[in-house]
Amino acid sequence: MNDHPDARYYTEGIELPETEVSTDLEPWGETRVVGQPRPRVDGYERVSGTAVYPADITLPGMLYGAILRCPHPHAVVTAVDVRRAAAMPGVRAVLTAFTPLDRATQPHADLIRTRLFDTHCRFQGEAVAAVAAETPYQARDALRTIQVQYEERPFLSDERNALAPDAPLVREGGNRVREPQIYERGDVEQGFADADVVLEQEYRNECEIHTPMELHGCVARWDGDRLVLWESTQGVYNVQMQVAAALGMPFSMVRVVGPYMGGGFGSKLQTGKYSIAAALLAKTTARPVKLVLTREETLLAVGNRPPSTMRLKAGVKRDGTITAMEFWGSGASGAEPAGGASLLDWPVRDTYSCANVRTELTDLYLNAGPARPFRAPGHPQGAWALEQMMDALAEAIDMDPVALRVRNVPAVSQARGNVPYTSTGLRQCLEQGAEAFGWDEARTQIAESGNGGTVRRGIGVAAGLWVAGGGGPPSTAVVKLFADGSVNLNMGASDIGTGTKTVMAMVVAEELGVDPDAVEIEHADTGSTQFATGSGGSKTVPTESPAVRAAAVDVKRQLLELAAGELEVDQSTLALRDGQVVSTADPSVARPLSGLRSLRRRRNLTGVGYRGPNPAGKAVTPFAAQFCEVEVDTATGEVTILRFLAAHDSGRVMNRLTYQNQVFGGITMGIGFGLTEERILDVDRTGKMVNLNWHDYKLPTMLDVPVDMTCLPIDLNDTECNATGAKGIGEPATIPTAAAIGNAIYHATGVRVTHTPVDPLRLVDALAQAGEG
Amino acid sequence: MTGDPSDGDGRPMPDRRGISRRGFLTTMGTGVLSTAAAGQLTAQPTEVPDVLGANELIKVALDINGRTHEALVEPRWSLAHVLREELELTGTKVGCDRGECGACTVLLDGLPRYACLTLAVEAEDREIVTIEGLLAGEELGPVQQAFLEEDAYQCGYCTSGQIIAAEGLLRHDGNPTDEAIRHSMSGNLCRCGAYPHIVTAVRRAAELKRAGGAS
Repeated sequence: MNDHPDARYYTEGIELPETEVSTDLEPWGETRVVGQPRPRVDGYERVSGTAVYPADITLPGMLYGAILRCPHPHAVVTAVDVRRAAAMPGVRAVLTAFTPLDRATQPHADLIRTRLFDTHCRFQGEAVAAVAAETPYQARDALRTIQVQYEERPFLSDERNALAPDAPLVREGGNRVREPQIYERGDVEQGFADADVVLEQEYRNECEIHTPMELHGCVARWDGDRLVLWESTQGVYNVQMQVAAALGMPFSMVRVVGPYMGGGFGSKLQTGKYSIAAALLAKTTARPVKLVLTREETLLAVGNRPPSTMRLKAGVKRDGTITAMEFWGSGASGAEPAGGASLLDWPVRDTYSCANVRTELTDLYLNAGPARPFRAPGHPQGAWALEQMMDALAEAIDMDPVALRVRNVPAVSQARGNVPYTSTGLRQCLEQGAEAFGWDEARTQIAESGNGGTVRRGIGVAAGLWVAGGGGPPSTAVVKLFADGSVNLNMGASDIGTGTKTVMAMVVAEELGVDPDAVEIEHADTGSTQFATGSGGSKTVPTESPAVRAAAVDVKRQLLELAAGELEVDQSTLALRDGQVVSTADPSVARPLSGLRSLRRRRNLTGVGYRGPNPAGKAVTPFAAQFCEVEVDTATGEVTILRFLAAHDSGRVMNRLTYQNQVFGGITMGIGFGLTEERILDVDRTGKMVNLNWHDYKLPTMLDVPVDMTCLPIDLNDTECNATGAKGIGEPATIPTAAAIGNAIYHATGVRVTHTPVDPLRLVDALAQAGEG
Repeated sequence: MTGDPSDGDGRPMPDRRGISRRGFLTTMGTGVLSTAAAGQLTAQPTEVPDVLGANELIKVALDINGRTHEALVEPRWSLAHVLREELELTGTKVGCDRGECGACTVLLDGLPRYACLTLAVEAEDREIVTIEGLLAGEELGPVQQAFLEEDAYQCGYCTSGQIIAAEGLLRHDGNPTDEAIRHSMSGNLCRCGAYPHIVTAVRRAAELKRAGGAS
């Protein structure tokens, strides 16, 4: 899905409006508010339990919806008998593919090309029917009485078998989603011929599932002909446009509201069938409907990081020059075209200097839930391969792993035709990170200890970059300053838990000299807030903050003009500090905003800001290097992570506290990807997922992550990337983590485990095969 | 999804037939629910249980945050469901509805319990504290204050459960070690991965409580 390297997956399939460009803003010098560690402006709501998430909404007369899902990996529905369900106590509506309701059988979204209740179910968890009842218990009771006749079909449960001659077909056109995507620069054969050492290795990552804490769901209510959806989403406008398209409605008649949402990680960037079903159930019954999925449904039907198989061949000279890299990657889209191999090759293409690179991506169907973008699509997988290969190359030429990486830090984005980066802190991430971690000392200490017992220690490093962390247009923000000095900010973007609102309040406060707590934010409501793209791709801060700054500067300009007239001083000497207009020339001139008569007469000042384009001919990219120390019990295969240090160049640190939280969260998720998380399908027998719950699909708990984590921001003052100098941090933070752990396990044991998750079973197996442990 | 769980005339299946609370308690010695109620059930009623009709509701009086809330419930309704959907105390969240994530953690007689694995009828005569109960008026309690200051959350959806779990820990150990914190909080998942900040916040909450913050 990423033919063009800068294609933005988070807006794929969505038409983007062109917006005006705000006047160029000078880069900030020293900032007073921005960059400080600041608790969130909506912290009270979130810790007091008073924040209203979509699932918390109760409306008068509200019904509860539930969805019946196909239990088979591949089946055709031939009949559905809902007579018993319809007659059950409390049941108010039942919808199926056979319900005579025009809209229920229309293709329901651009991105998902199946019908709402498609009779051809290509994955376990495909929607078959929906029910609305007075209580959620009654709705689920009714589901259990629906009689569905399934005609089971042969299924494909391991995409590595997709192209075998006798493989069952997931879709009629064959099991390839598309022709292989090939990228090439230089001459890899010549590059390998020039190398002193050539290594080749296969790598495998199992499927990871987002499972945000808040279940996917919504409340749907019809207000006349207008549909209002309270939705747990990363992008209210994405949902608005997709629901409107599915129901054949004008965009303006679909209002999507989602100011609080409990996590998404990419799985809530698009509309789910459940929202369409809720809207139709509400329409049919003329009552509001709350439809919240079960945890089991979220493990099956609302996206995943697809499993990937990769092979990397790399050549290096004794001096550390990487002469060539060749990469093959394949992944499983699931049952829909959903980007099974997307961006797997980007780390190989762009992280290190290499003149000769060839990559090939193969995207395959599978009878399992469709993939969705998951926190840095393709990148943790690609880094898992590349960063372990870098370690192997370093060892082969007897060079320190950090030194080999530093030796190959590129000056330009090679994958984009050698355009320069607006800033690159990859070298600093590696060098300052290694120093702060005590890399050399730790290596010496471990070497001197002998490290030969059952429990062995090791340290590992991995680096990374993220293709899309620069953000970009469109974005519009509106700032209103009231006569009492309080401020409203209006923007469409969602705060998905990353602290977006707090950062934006700090930006407004920086420009207007008010307390961030005086900035009240309206956001994430298509009915009342400005257009924004979905919050994904680590682009929310670099996209929205320049627009918010421009809106605040627009207000500031108007305000200083009024104040200069009223105070009869030169406008250029005026500044805004602590809720006052002050003169930089005369300390006696200081007037609280609420004391400005000219402002009172106007009642308010309104400023509008737009997100301008990114600089032409430059790449905006966040960089990272992470370091960890592990202890491996070679008898049990258990890995204990002792400490982590993350050095990140994500441009300006907007809020030191939430930035660090993002970094630690990225590491935690990377630990899950590397060590514990895996969708297990019963490949040989039923094709069904066998670990369909959080007991068996294991997220990291507090006992699986080290208390000793360090966040080391590398802030290079990027004055070119955008008007606030910020690049994204959310996704870069999880890219190198698993690879760093893999390298540390190798350092500890001398055994390279190339298959995630590295659970005790896999590790013990690898140790046994190597004659260790 | 297959088979016919109804009794043939559209009436609900047997598992929808409730029994009175006292009768319910007599059945608790077997089945999966015994785990949830382990150590808490001492009632030994001798009379024959009354059988409730389908969809018959029974009245419960729940002591929540120091106030009595009366509600009509089906015996099978979870405490989490009754808190959220019947009493509109939505600070308690549901993340899995099967005792895996801890988002629904409440205090039951001072101990953290998963409200999704606790039946509402089982919670009668117990002292229930939810996230709303840690507020003093509209002022944050010390654990809430510490979570806010240390940014010990991201999306906030697991946060109520995390705070209640921490409250439960600190009521029994006013000065926990990091190891005690990690073990006590390990029944509460945070997908955003705010764990390091949560450890800091629990330490801070202990300080605030020792300094006299009421709870």
